Amino acid sequence: MKADEVRREVEAWLDAHWSPDRTLLEWRNILVDGGWAAPHWPTDWYGKGFDPVQMAIVRAAFAKKGAVGAAQSGPSGLAAETILTHGSGDQKQRYLRSILTGENAWCQLFSEPGSGSDLAGSSTKAESIDGQWIVSGQKVWNTSAHHADYGILLARSNFDLPKHQGLSYYLINMRQPGVEVRPLKQMNGHASFNEVFMTNAVVAAEDLIGGEGNGWAVAATTLSFERRGFSSTKDSSSLQGPRVGQIYDEFDTEMKIANEPYTWYPQRQGRVDLVIPRAKATGAIKDPAVRQEIAKLISMHKASALASAAAESRRKSGTNEVIPAGSIGKLAASVIARQASHVHTMISGADAMRSGTQSAESGMIAETLISTPAISIAGGTDEIQRNIISERVLGMPKEMRADTGPFRGIKRNE
Amino acid sequence: MSSDLPAELTQDQCSFRDVVARFMTDKSHPSEVRRLMATAQGFDSVVWRQLCDEVGLAGTHIPQAYGGFGFGPVELGIVAEQMGRHLYCGPFFASTVMAGYAILLGAEEAGKQALLPGIALGSTIATLVMDDLNRPENVGKSLVFNGETLSGTAPLVLDAQNADLLIVIAGTTDGLCLLAVNSQSAGVNIMSLETLDSTRKLANVTFNEANAEKLGDVAPTTLDKLWDHICVALSHEMIGGAQRLFETTIEYTKMRYQFGRPIGSFQGLKHRCADLLMELEFAKAATHHAAQCLASDGREPYVASMAKALASDAYIEAGRAAIQLRGGIGFTWEEDTQLWFKRAKSSEVFMGAPHLHRERMMTMLEEMA
Repeated sequence: MKADEVRREVEAWLDAHWSPDRTLLEWRNILVDGGWAAPHWPTDWYGKGFDPVQMAIVRAAFAKKGAVGAAQSGPSGLAAETILTHGSGDQKQRYLRSILTGENAWCQLFSEPGSGSDLAGSSTKAESIDGQWIVSGQKVWNTSAHHADYGILLARSNFDLPKHQGLSYYLINMRQPGVEVRPLKQMNGHASFNEVFMTNAVVAAEDLIGGEGNGWAVAATTLSFERRGFSSTKDSSSLQGPRVGQIYDEFDTEMKIANEPYTWYPQRQGRVDLVIPRAKATGAIKDPAVRQEIAKLISMHKASALASAAAESRRKSGTNEVIPAGSIGKLAASVIARQASHVHTMISGADAMRSGTQSAESGMIAETLISTPAISIAGGTDEIQRNIISERVLGMPKEMRADTGPFRGIKRNE
Repeated sequence: MSSDLPAELTQDQCSFRDVVARFMTDKSHPSEVRRLMATAQGFDSVVWRQLCDEVGLAGTHIPQAYGGFGFGPVELGIVAEQMGRHLYCGPFFASTVMAGYAILLGAEEAGKQALLPGIALGSTIATLVMDDLNRPENVGKSLVFNGETLSGTAPLVLDAQNADLLIVIAGTTDGLCLLAVNSQSAGVNIMSLETLDSTRKLANVTFNEANAEKLGDVAPTTLDKLWDHICVALSHEMIGGAQRLFETTIEYTKMRYQFGRPIGSFQGLKHRCADLLMELEFAKAATHHAAQCLASDGREPYVASMAKALASDAYIEAGRAAIQLRGGIGFTWEEDTQLWFKRAKSSEVFMGAPHLHRERMMTMLEEMA
């Protein structure tokens, strides 16, 4: 379908169906039935098979109309895409619709205290007993788990196979006695994540996804969607128009909950935007040493954006080469955040000892200084990024492994 | 790792790059670089003629009206990048880049018509004489033009001993001006200097009431613009050299065995290489962007200094890693790494060390904000 046709079709449909006076759930059921909740999905499953260009047109039309879209909290989106890719017809039937309507929220149960960077080292145990799976173990860094109805779970179903082969992937009901969710408070005072403790939690046989022993391949799908930004912060500010109607109140409440874990993310990135205004306001911009550091920061920040843009246009040109600039973006973000934190410290001087709403930029500078260490860890540590860059981009030889053979025999923290 | 250039390059620009790359690969092998750097002249006249006659590179960015190709900073960058990669020894940077840009940006029409065709053909070898190679604001303090003759000293002039024509920026009672001086004139004394990078020939040039022809006035903004143009071409030369050092170093870590394994499998080396790749990608992106900015409308003027600082730092870091990762052999005369390391050090301070460019970009950023 051509761009014009897509635009005409979506606009006509919205004209006929959109009303801000319905409940959020009523509206989203209409969306799903019309195929406009996830038009990029296949026609068999609520979608229209649209490509990214067509999707951009749809999003623009929704924004212009001020129309609310499908539910889109980060982990739920990851679950949906994973189920769509690997799930059975029955699983798709049971789970996809309620994700789009927002009736059910999901969380991701991957990392463990003993398997962070080494995700395939998961030791949460899943045992097949009497036709169902019994799960025990601890997960960590689980965003929104305290609101979740279901979880996408990576666990070990066989301890005698090599580590990547003994994993299975499950869809687990979070609302059961064997599952306990506790908030995890970070050093910056926010509690954006949870720990999830599973003690003989039950997973029905039909909630194993992708087959026994295929967990690593299914997890790779989830991670690839995560890297593509499916779990990033969403906001409703793009919706135009008067925004009057009960649906907006419900939607804003939903967004507030969904975005709550991410309020400190801009600070985690170093708040480069505040550097020059603060340097000017405080007079630090006259200090030659500070000027050098600001120039280094702005150079990295600008060059990183330019390198990403160049990589993006090379990708679009369909080249087969390995594109280094794309892989270095994550590492670059760490280096930039670190330098920004350094510069903010220089600008503040002794005032950087303060925190709270009475301190610089209503506390945002203090929050920056104690949040930037996280960016070098979350979503893959700097060290893992450097391994990936050197091995996959530069083709340097792989590190020698000490984790081959049956998982049971691999040294690990108990 | 093969592509050093952004996707914005047109098909023609890619073909042009391939032509230049082939020429450089043929004519500027490290063994040839070593032969030439030991000579006083520092370049092969026959190869220079081929470069000018067969490929026409001396006129790359000189408009067709003056006998050149009529390309811009992007194509000039393509040439400089390949020359940096192959450490080409010749008066290209002095004559085409520096003197060429100075005349294009600072001379009045008559001077352009008289001087550019010779430079574009390569039949005239020119250089740009400035009495300071650190900061544009220091230029014209020592060299003084009294309306008829020129006096004073420029302590560091690129390829002056090979130049027929000296293009000079001098102070007058009324600001700066651009002059043309025949290098053979009375009152001109050119003294070759020993250089840290012997592939880059320098001389001290002293004028003692030498006859000079005025080509035009040089406003401070013109000098800044000229400085930017030269620095962006230099940045291209630097990223070309840095990329070469990087590639050969990565290859070395894959074939060198110690402790029963390739040294490139050690994380200590891998992480250093990953960091270096990032630094190099930043320098390349900034340099290519700076050339695009010069080629269009001069928007974002700070990016020229930004590119020069990033490219200088990346080249030095690539040079340090190239030696360190090779171990002892990396520090020997025999190993070619030394050639690029010395060029990196020389380029770092040529036309302003990185800290000066960072200060310069801050001043421009403040003016923009």
